[in-house]
This record gives sequence, structure tokens and C-alpha cells, in this order.
Amino acid sequence: MDSYRFLPRSFIPLYSQTEPAPGDDGPVWAPFEPRLAEARIALLTSAGLYLDGDQPPFDGEREKAEPTWGDPTHRVLPNPVDPRALGMMHLHLNHEDPLADPEIALPLGGLAALVDEGRVGSVAPNHVSVMGYQQAGLEVWRRETAPAIVELLRDQGTDGLILAPV
Amino acid sequence: MPVLARFIEGAGIPTVTVTMMPDLAAAVLAPRIVGVEFPFGHPFGMPGDRAMQRAVLETGLTVLSGAARFGTRVDVDIEWPVPRAAAYKSWQPEEASPIVAMMLASMKGDGTG
Repeated sequence: MDSYRFLPRSFIPLYSQTEPAPGDDGPVWAPFEPRLAEARIALLTSAGLYLDGDQPPFDGEREKAEPTWGDPTHRVLPNPVDPRALGMMHLHLNHEDPLADPEIALPLGGLAALVDEGRVGSVAPNHVSVMGYQQAGLEVWRRETAPAIVELLRDQGTDGLILAPV
Repeated sequence: MPVLARFIEGAGIPTVTVTMMPDLAAAVLAPRIVGVEFPFGHPFGMPGDRAMQRAVLETGLTVLSGAARFGTRVDVDIEWPVPRAAAYKSWQPEEASPIVAMMLASMKGDGTG
């Protein structure tokens, strides 16, 4: 398993020597309590997906003007969502595949199929999208975005979350 | 992204991170990790390949619900079915991202100092 197989070689040192952030460097653990067949599961993608027409896209214009900045806001995606209703704003990725088949980043259909089979209890009514390119330090994510996501997940009784960075 | 996993886990909601860079997720102490050796933008696999997507999702759910301890990591044993060079090229945006464009410009030097 090569964690950097598809990364430009010049970027590898940027990632391979990463260390935990100061103050964020100990174990953190929440036990998964229910049986999976009774659990409510939510998804979180960093693909920069949003509901085209209903939600503003992530701010790529500011990133173009300030290349070290990335939009730290989040979007709440309701389940089910029409895949054709999704837009994507992520300047570091080709959009073609995630828009052609959003299941590769946000597998709501796959999760629903497992619910139908009785393997998973339920799909959470709402899921979360962020845009994964973020400013060093992640201050807004820590101060605003993460607490807002926790509140959403708690309010809808989420038993477990699958995060899928892109 | 692991910073979100750690924050959410710390708030009492169990998480699993499905990632193309599991070494990085482990280095920054994501609680549960599923590794995939896929091109960026494709954490659950190939477009239209429901069997591959399901295999990754099921691994994620198994690790989420079944891992016994902090730092559990499972790598999915699926080889990307496209040659590396083509897959490497296809995940990248048509136009270099702003930070990459800035780095390239700075390496070349634009004459303005």
C-alpha cells in the first residue's frame, strides 16, 4: 500500500513528514455502541459538493486571489439527493468523475442499499460536504465548522460518521 | 480532514476516515482508518463500479463498528484497474490549482523579484 502512489513526487515530502498538531496529539476515542444493523450512519466528503442552485458554491474566486486560502465553510446535503443536483467546487481536482458518479465520494446509494438489506440501521437525513483544501492551521475549521458539524450530527442522532477526504 | 475526524470523535461520535493517504491519517492520529490506493477524488472507487464502491464502504462500516482500539487501520486490497500514468493524469484539474500555479511561477521566477 503506497499512500503516495498518485501524488506528484515533489509533494511527497510535504505529507510524509507530517506530525500531529500541538495540542491535538493524543488518542481520541468514542466507542461505537449500537449494532450496525441498528445504527444511523452519516457521511462527510471533502469534495466541495453543493446543491447547485440552492446553495452557494465554495468560494473558488477568493482562493484564486489568495492561493494559500481555502473556503472553510460547509454544506449540508439532505438524503436522498439527486446526483444531478450536485455541483462541485474544488480547484485541486478534476470534477469529471465525482460529478459523473457522486457515489465515488459520497456513497449515499450504497449506504441505502445496505439499509435495505438490513445490514445498516438507517441513513442519516443529512450529510456534510466541505472543500478539502484548507489554510494551514485550520483555525476556522476548528473554531466554527467542526462544532457546527457536531451539532448537526448530534441533532439527527448520528451513531457513526464515515469521512472521505478526496 | 483528520482534524475533523478527531474533533467529531472527541465530541462523542465515532468516526472512520476512508483515505487515499492512510499514512498521513495515521501520522495525525485519525481514530479509525481505511486505506485505499486509488487516485485522488475517488475514495470509494471507480465511477459506475458498484462492486468496488461497496467493498470500500463495507470495509469502512466494519472498521467503524468493529474496531477495538484507537488507531485501527485496514487497507483495502483492491488494485486500481487503470495504469498509474493515466490515472495520475486523470485526477488532476485541467488548470493548475492556484497554489500550484503560484509555486510553479515562483520556481521559474517571473522577473519581478
